[in-house]
Amino acid sequence: MTAPAASRSWTVAVRQRAVRAFPPDQLLPDKQPIYVAAWIYVFGVLTLAAFLVVLLSGGVLAIEGPQWWHTSSTGHFFNSLHLWSVELFLAFMVIHLWGKFWMAAWRGRRAMTWITGALCFAGSIGTAFTGYLVQTNFDSQWISTQAKDGLNSVGIGAVFNVTNFGQMLMWHIVLLPLVVGVIVGVHVLQVRKRGVVPPIDVDPIDLIPEQGR
Amino acid sequence: MTSILTRALGAPINLNHRGHYVHWGVIQISVANLVVIGLMVAIFAAAILLPFPKGRGRK
Repeated sequence: MTAPAASRSWTVAVRQRAVRAFPPDQLLPDKQPIYVAAWIYVFGVLTLAAFLVVLLSGGVLAIEGPQWWHTSSTGHFFNSLHLWSVELFLAFMVIHLWGKFWMAAWRGRRAMTWITGALCFAGSIGTAFTGYLVQTNFDSQWISTQAKDGLNSVGIGAVFNVTNFGQMLMWHIVLLPLVVGVIVGVHVLQVRKRGVVPPIDVDPIDLIPEQGR
Repeated sequence: MTSILTRALGAPINLNHRGHYVHWGVIQISVANLVVIGLMVAIFAAAILLPFPKGRGRK
């Protein structure tokens, strides 16, 4: 009697590679090094929490459409929830960025973590700007007519037309959230893979989860 | 009841006017944006300086 031959299917190969890259206790850890117990390390997860509220409130707004908030107090509430969660999302992300910049968070083969974080930041700004364009009010009209001059001057106005409401709505609620969501996912996986960056002057004993002092 | 709710949930500052701006050479910024940036810097400083509470069971 012989042992069954190892499957050579692509699903097995992908699973084995995923488990090798992200062992379950590393993907969903329950312990972190002692230096992570500092307020500056909280802003990454605050950004993620705000992003979740942005997606949920945006999803509710999508059910009734972009003009709902003009005529319904419930719509107005969810529109405000969407606005303020975006404000907090970007504020938390910028404080997270400041903290990581000053601790040189690209150290220890964390270049890809840093790059995906920067891409998240740039993508979020683009998504927020297209949000300005789909408020369906005079503010969005003003912003779109100002933005078109800038975009026309760099030659992309014909392809990315900020005065085309339908196009901007689709960019805002489908394409850009998808891009930002995927990059955020890759960023979090990179943090799991390389670990949370230690302070520059960390004692090597503090690198071990929960065994520091 | 509605007026109480409106007063409780309404903006504590009257925002129904044109924005105030600060001019400093080529730099022009609204007071609202300046206040937000100031708050973010203050929160950043607090996050660096304030001690993090130790959880139960943490050494």
